[in-house]
Amino acid sequence: MAAEPETTPLNRRRGADPWYVRYLLVGLTLGIVGLLVLVPLVNVFSQALANGVGAYVRNLFADPDTRHAVFLTLMVAPVAVALNVVFGVAAAWAIARFRFPGRAVLVTLIDLPFSVSPVVAGLLFVLLFGGQTAVGAWLRDHGYQVIFAPPALVLATAFVTFPFVARELIPVLEAVGPEEELAARSLGASGWQLFWKITVPNIKWGLLYGVILCNARAMGEFGAVYVVSGRIEGQTDTMPLRVQKLWEGSDNPAAFALASVLTLLALVTLVLKVLIEPKVRADKEPAAKAG
Amino acid sequence: MSGGVSRRALPGFGLGLGYAVAYLGLLVLIPLAACLVKAASLGPSEFLAAAWTPRARAAYALTFGASLIAAAVNVVLGTVVAWTLVRYEFPGKRLVDALVDVPLALPTAVAGLVYAALYVKTGWLGQFLDPLGIQAAYSRLGIVLVLVFTGFPFVVRTVQPVLADLDAEAEEAAAVLGASRWQSFRRVILPTLIPPALTGFALAFARGLGEYGSVVFISSNKIFETEVAPMLVLARLEEYSYAEAAAIATVLLGFSFVMLAAVNSLERRSRRHGG
Repeated sequence: MAAEPETTPLNRRRGADPWYVRYLLVGLTLGIVGLLVLVPLVNVFSQALANGVGAYVRNLFADPDTRHAVFLTLMVAPVAVALNVVFGVAAAWAIARFRFPGRAVLVTLIDLPFSVSPVVAGLLFVLLFGGQTAVGAWLRDHGYQVIFAPPALVLATAFVTFPFVARELIPVLEAVGPEEELAARSLGASGWQLFWKITVPNIKWGLLYGVILCNARAMGEFGAVYVVSGRIEGQTDTMPLRVQKLWEGSDNPAAFALASVLTLLALVTLVLKVLIEPKVRADKEPAAKAG
Repeated sequence: MSGGVSRRALPGFGLGLGYAVAYLGLLVLIPLAACLVKAASLGPSEFLAAAWTPRARAAYALTFGASLIAAAVNVVLGTVVAWTLVRYEFPGKRLVDALVDVPLALPTAVAGLVYAALYVKTGWLGQFLDPLGIQAAYSRLGIVLVLVFTGFPFVVRTVQPVLADLDAEAEEAAAVLGASRWQSFRRVILPTLIPPALTGFALAFARGLGEYGSVVFISSNKIFETEVAPMLVLARLEEYSYAEAAAIATVLLGFSFVMLAAVNSLERRSRRHGG
């Protein structure tokens, strides 16, 4: 990643490896990435378009259950992302700007959801809010449906995407340093003025980066959502769940059509990631210079 | 890194920390505690009867074995790819570099779907394996294949920056001192590659342990044969055996936390050595 500045030693090193080693390794790399990544990507679109563009469009738009799955994903993912953005900003502010007992523990706990299996994550919410529990029964009696309904989809999605925004923001906020905020404070800025006028502009690229990664995972989440959704057709199926249902029903072209939309989402995410990465890295620079 | 400011100098410490801890507690810690409480409601012998059945042991063994093999394969593939991306120029290099991240961004359901389609007998890749008598889809091999895919970026992305920072002078000094190419690789390069490769291995392995979305498409989901541990949790849940599901989930959580601790200590160690 940080290879650019040292071109001379790199070139020297490149020359150091004999040509057959170079050709062999480049060939192997192209083969590995080709077989592992490129062939599957091409296959998704080839299968989605197997019956022509007309069938592709019909597969995507004619089925009301598929349309509802797209709608549900577009509703659930932004709510989960928004929840994690608020958390990420709050946690990053406390962790990057202040020292307090338990700070290291908090940093470790933020990463915890990444190491929990998505299926287990879903199970946690079934165990809390399912109809068999006291909480679940109380909620049901008062007319709130959590499990097998959108609220549980949001909770499960927020759980599995929990660390994304916070772990991007903490290093950026640490690198920016508190000097500008302290100056604004001494000039009499209020807390929120300081936040919106100084902090947010300083961390905007890191924030956007975290949001993009968080959103990609939120829209594509399968395991956790599968467990809490009850998979009610036309009601609690998100896009990835709908893909599986179409596939189970042996409707391969329709499954791949919807999968191709998710694949496009992933590719757009990666393009944005490549575009934003240099800006996030630049935001992290000052600290590297300072010490 | 700035050392942190006084709580009087900047506002929002109480609000930020309070909100973060409350959200963490409500969304993550209380649900985790609920699972442990549910599992503990069983008592030791019932817990073992639920979480340590022959079927459960077979599922753990498959989950472990497949994740281990996939992570080991990824150490080899990932090191080759990282090496090539850092040290050589070739057409399409930036595209290849970007493609490495695809498994992180592609929904697991899509990965499972397309891998299943590729490796069935009539699939683009399965048609070459079938005459050799290799059944890749709906088998244990299929599970390993899809886990190699989901874990692929980890080793590349941990090894790549270390290789890029590798001291060219150390390598040259070794050459000047009369070390052969192979000696300088073994004595100078390899030792620096081991810590990041191990970190990548642990990350890929941990990812594999919990993987469900991609595996469910390519596994035949047969008990004792191709049932991974997360599938067993779901099977128990679908039978409304909540405590049993919680018990198996607790075993999985135990594995996850050990892996989290391992990754943390590996990262700390490689940071110390990497300076």
